Amino acid sequence: MKQTGDNGKAQRFGMVIDLDKCTGCGSCMVACQAENNVPFREDESDKTLSITWMRIYRLTNGKSFPDAEICYLPRPCQHCDGLHEGHSPCVSVCPATATDYDGLTGIVSQIYTRCFGCRYCMAACPYHARHFNWWDPVWPKGMEQYLNPDISVRMRGIVEKCGFCFQRYQKALEKAHMQGRRELEEHEYQTSCTQACPAGAIVFGDLRNPHHKVHQLAQPDFKKHGRPKNPMAFRLLEELGTNTKIYYLSSKKWVREAGHNPSVMDKPEEHH
Amino acid sequence: MDSALIPKGVKRCSFFQFMGGLGVVSLVLLWGVYAMLLCWIKGLNQTNMNDYYGFALWIWADLGVIALGGGAFFTGLMKYVFGKDELKHIINFAVLIGFICYSSALLILAIDVGQPLRSWYIFWHANVHSMLTEVAFCLSCYFAVLTIEYIPLILENRQIDKVPFWHNLSHNMHTYMAVFAATGAFLSFFHQGSLGGVAGVMFGRPFAFREHLFIWPWTFFLFTWSAASYGPCFTIWLVRITEKITGKKLVRETAIQLLAKLAGWMMFTYIIAKIIDTIYWATVTVPGMGFTLADFYTNNAFYGYWILFAELVLCGVVPALMLVTPKIRQNPIGLFIAVTLGVIGVSLNRWVMVLQALAIPVMSFDQWVLYIPSWQEVATTILPVAYGVILVMISYRYLPVFPNEAELNPLAPETPPVVEAQTEEDGETQDAPEPEMAPAEA
Amino acid sequence: MFPFNFEWVWDMSHIVFMGGLWYALGILGAGMTFIVLKTIKDTAEGKGGDHH
Repeated sequence: MKQTGDNGKAQRFGMVIDLDKCTGCGSCMVACQAENNVPFREDESDKTLSITWMRIYRLTNGKSFPDAEICYLPRPCQHCDGLHEGHSPCVSVCPATATDYDGLTGIVSQIYTRCFGCRYCMAACPYHARHFNWWDPVWPKGMEQYLNPDISVRMRGIVEKCGFCFQRYQKALEKAHMQGRRELEEHEYQTSCTQACPAGAIVFGDLRNPHHKVHQLAQPDFKKHGRPKNPMAFRLLEELGTNTKIYYLSSKKWVREAGHNPSVMDKPEEHH
Repeated sequence: MDSALIPKGVKRCSFFQFMGGLGVVSLVLLWGVYAMLLCWIKGLNQTNMNDYYGFALWIWADLGVIALGGGAFFTGLMKYVFGKDELKHIINFAVLIGFICYSSALLILAIDVGQPLRSWYIFWHANVHSMLTEVAFCLSCYFAVLTIEYIPLILENRQIDKVPFWHNLSHNMHTYMAVFAATGAFLSFFHQGSLGGVAGVMFGRPFAFREHLFIWPWTFFLFTWSAASYGPCFTIWLVRITEKITGKKLVRETAIQLLAKLAGWMMFTYIIAKIIDTIYWATVTVPGMGFTLADFYTNNAFYGYWILFAELVLCGVVPALMLVTPKIRQNPIGLFIAVTLGVIGVSLNRWVMVLQALAIPVMSFDQWVLYIPSWQEVATTILPVAYGVILVMISYRYLPVFPNEAELNPLAPETPPVVEAQTEEDGETQDAPEPEMAPAEA
Repeated sequence: MFPFNFEWVWDMSHIVFMGGLWYALGILGAGMTFIVLKTIKDTAEGKGGDHH
């Protein structure tokens, strides 16, 4: 597999989400849904059946008024690298190679026409970032006119998930090639959630590129499987070795600890 | 009515009684088929599965029947490869049960996947690093082996056997059966193991994850081991049930005792390995991943330490000790209790590895999600049971599944002649007490 | 499954894994073919017509 981008370096697209800035407004979820033709049903009250490529979790510090604090945590697919490259929990288990790790971009893709719906990837993903199409998509009358032509709609019986708006990457690459360029500017490839966030809490880019904001914010240490050097940054379930490419920033210790596994997390009451 | 099809020297119930029984079970089967069609036509929204429970009752049933069907490969291995010839008296039944279990597993999988028509992708676009690919490959191949092992039994039907071609085919298949049995044991080792690997490789799920030996997690070896231990228990359990229903002794006690003893020692060693695995997992693996054992067994309405105790001690250590103790093993009630506990034990093990693994929250801000199957899931899980009962009924009636039956249940000498049809089977004199029934006898 | 599938790679995993599959299928296929052919031959030679 080709491991480097056109600029000669393997890119590792990732996100930094500043939880201090996130207000939980849900714009990222809506933008994601619109960009990626994510289907919905009339009754979405059962969240275990909702297809939410981007989902916002509400975290609390477990204290009562006046010490109660909440934090909203947007969770897209974490695009895990695993402990050796491409060994993400889902890619390694998919029996039909329907989910793949792209060595060029670090994006974990989902090939909808290849997936036959065994759901092993869902069982393997600890982030619940993968969703099954329990129903065929049904769009309200007229809405099919608004579907994004750059990404296919999915049929029932297969798994789907966030692909970092890969269609935008392809479009940006095409445009650059037309202009005779081989490298993309940082702003040329941005995910829809990043652009939709009114608070500017989501930053997207190449984690390996020192000029990109994500690199500067998270300061990933690639010698230590991408662990962030920034003391305010953390990743979800760091101890599992999933080696995710979504970094979260928070000035609050209890929030940073909530991202870890239960036993390495101190009791919330003892902090803040 | 069908007396010409019934094996010589054995007594069967009347044709109408048989059809009546078949009819009742068929109703259950139809209920299952209806639910299956609902799932295929309307999709998996007919189930109570959700994005937290991508694997649920069906995958448990799959793992369960494959473990329980392990009696076929273990008995075959012991008989054909290790030369435990006494097992020839039970091998036919073990093969039949294995065939039912594996065909059921394939049927359940065909309902379980979201796009059954794409199932062939698992072969065509195989990801060789996935444990599930290994499962699919070995399972299909082993099902072919079981079919090859079951065919000679069908060919032994009195009427089919009269046709020279079928007779010769059956004879030749018996002659070379050891080759297939050995291949089957090889395949079984890998697919039983890789089913364990399915859970053991999920490093995102600390409850299921196990440390690896080369490319295989410990669950790989534990699953094979447990199938070889508990599978024969299921075979014995079903022999006892069939004996109870038919009111006859069907398998020589020596064969049952040998199989029970082998299963007992396998179980005894398995449960020691499993306990060591559990201790290592609880004290090294789980803390290493940032969890404690209490995270898996507390703060929810169902999964407590009781399930660990039930699996390891009550349905693990206890039946193992019962089976390795000759006095208990030779006592019919003792043996039955032991194999029953064994069957429950392996089912519990598969349950926790599938369902408890998914119920446990991994992210600190996530929560336990419990699940109750929908009636469609239950019906489609009972479907293979009904199918199995039907296949056993038909096979028992028309095929020499139990080669010792005639010998163990001699008919009264004054059996009426053939024309009395319906109520009695044909009364031709019972010849050889042990006709050419057992494989490799031919 | 076949070297002409685009995801096929000539690495150790594919060789061992697919080797195992084709080996098992080969034994089953060749074994059954041999048995059927032998049965045809036996039947043509008049064996099995008057057993028991």
